[in-house]
Amino acid sequence: MEVLTNLINGMSLGSVYAIIALGYTMVYGIAKMLNFAHGDVIMVGAYICFCSVSYLGLPAFAGVALSVVGCTLLGIIVERLAYKPLRNAPSLNVLITAIGVSYFLQNAALIIMGSDPKSFSSIISLPALSLFDGKLTISATAVLTIFACVVIMVALTMFTGKTKMGKAMRACSEDRDAAQLMGINVNSTISMVFAIGSGLAAIAGVLMCLAYPTLMPTTGSMPGIKAFTAAVLGGIGSIPGAALGGVLLGIIEIFARAYISTQLADAVVFGVLIVILLIRPAGLLGKPVNEKV
Amino acid sequence: MLSVYNINVWYGAIQAIKGVSFEVNDGEIVALIGANGAGKSTTLKTLSGLLRSRTGSITFMDQDLMHMPAEKIVEHGLVHVPEGRRIFQQMTVEENLDMGAYTQAKDTIADNLERVYAQFPRLKERRRQIAGTLSGGEQQMLAMGRGLMANPKLLMLDEPSMGLAPILVEQIFEIIEALHKAGTTILLVEQNAQMALSIATRGYVLETGRVTLTGTGQELLRNDDVRKAYLGG
Repeated sequence: MEVLTNLINGMSLGSVYAIIALGYTMVYGIAKMLNFAHGDVIMVGAYICFCSVSYLGLPAFAGVALSVVGCTLLGIIVERLAYKPLRNAPSLNVLITAIGVSYFLQNAALIIMGSDPKSFSSIISLPALSLFDGKLTISATAVLTIFACVVIMVALTMFTGKTKMGKAMRACSEDRDAAQLMGINVNSTISMVFAIGSGLAAIAGVLMCLAYPTLMPTTGSMPGIKAFTAAVLGGIGSIPGAALGGVLLGIIEIFARAYISTQLADAVVFGVLIVILLIRPAGLLGKPVNEKV
Repeated sequence: MLSVYNINVWYGAIQAIKGVSFEVNDGEIVALIGANGAGKSTTLKTLSGLLRSRTGSITFMDQDLMHMPAEKIVEHGLVHVPEGRRIFQQMTVEENLDMGAYTQAKDTIADNLERVYAQFPRLKERRRQIAGTLSGGEQQMLAMGRGLMANPKLLMLDEPSMGLAPILVEQIFEIIEALHKAGTTILLVEQNAQMALSIATRGYVLETGRVTLTGTGQELLRNDDVRKAYLGG
């Protein structure tokens, strides 16, 4: 039963990575940039939820809703102020700007919220579920997280496959100039992708803090990097790739922690990334890029 | 219908268009011919708003296009089918056509789709196929069909015959003539000067960013300089 518990925990952690990785991969797909500030949006989302519940006394679901709205706006504002002016700049400039935004968000949180960790479990805590006469214990958080990830994936697949805006998004990812010739407003499409990615990051932030309830200004960086790894593992730019990469990474991490070594878990995770990229440089579901002249 | 006056376009420090002026009247097929790098594609990209001219004016049906964003220009009926087709490779044929009709109201899309499928039955057969798996000729048909989905008043075609077998080139030119007969005005950029001028009402010859010669299609076909430079003597 221990294996099963670990598997469920791994899938739960992986679901958080997957939801974050969606933001990385969608933004990369359309804006061809790595938004390294994405991890810190998670942290902002978790803080917004924490503050609205513990200081404003709102119910938990209202806190989550506020955090989604807040992060969506944050995503739009950051894109507009920091990245849009660099739309035609070399990609290194954009990358450095993203790292700058990441430090800005972390330090802003440090000034506003202080450096002492906030305990998330003081505001929301879900019970553990006991199954099979107590032989299998799983947390309600894990179930909720996996469920949320599945719902988000289905919704996003429908959005990109069926709706006009979703198709426009795919068109922009493939060929920005051609999309413009169709009458698609590329700037507002990019803005929308940042909004969706950041809104999802808020959900991921809350879910992550339910499982690992210590909230600090640097809370977002490590999961951000892991989710980026997941996006690359699955094939950056691919939405199903982000989901697959995220879940795989979470399972590998939990199993490495349980059966190899707690300290080596991260090394194992990144080691797996290196091996997979050696075999499939475009990631698991990524398409090899043929540059045409 | 379209009047372009004294446009100058730069790529960074390089000037690609040097004071080009020309006109397209309602109902015409106007051909822009010239060698590689003469500025034909640059001219079209400037008209559709992907590039900007530093001077002059571009007027289309009483609308000033100089500062209009590309996505608005399409709405006014000036539609650009770009060089190299630029179809969305990973989307299906029908999704590509849907994207072409992005600016259109929902009820006109169904009509347009029917019309495009009537014009290109091949696309209807392959509507669910991923566009990247189509042959070169089919991809060109898709690119043109996608342009038609936007209800163009003036259709700008950039090198529609590029890379196609001779039999397909003829087919594409037949389609262009059919579209013209059905009432679409056409601005045609071609390296295949012979074919382009033979269907064109009027033509302009571009050389290193300047218009060097103009006349009716037949005049240009008989012109000695044009024959020497573009028609193989």
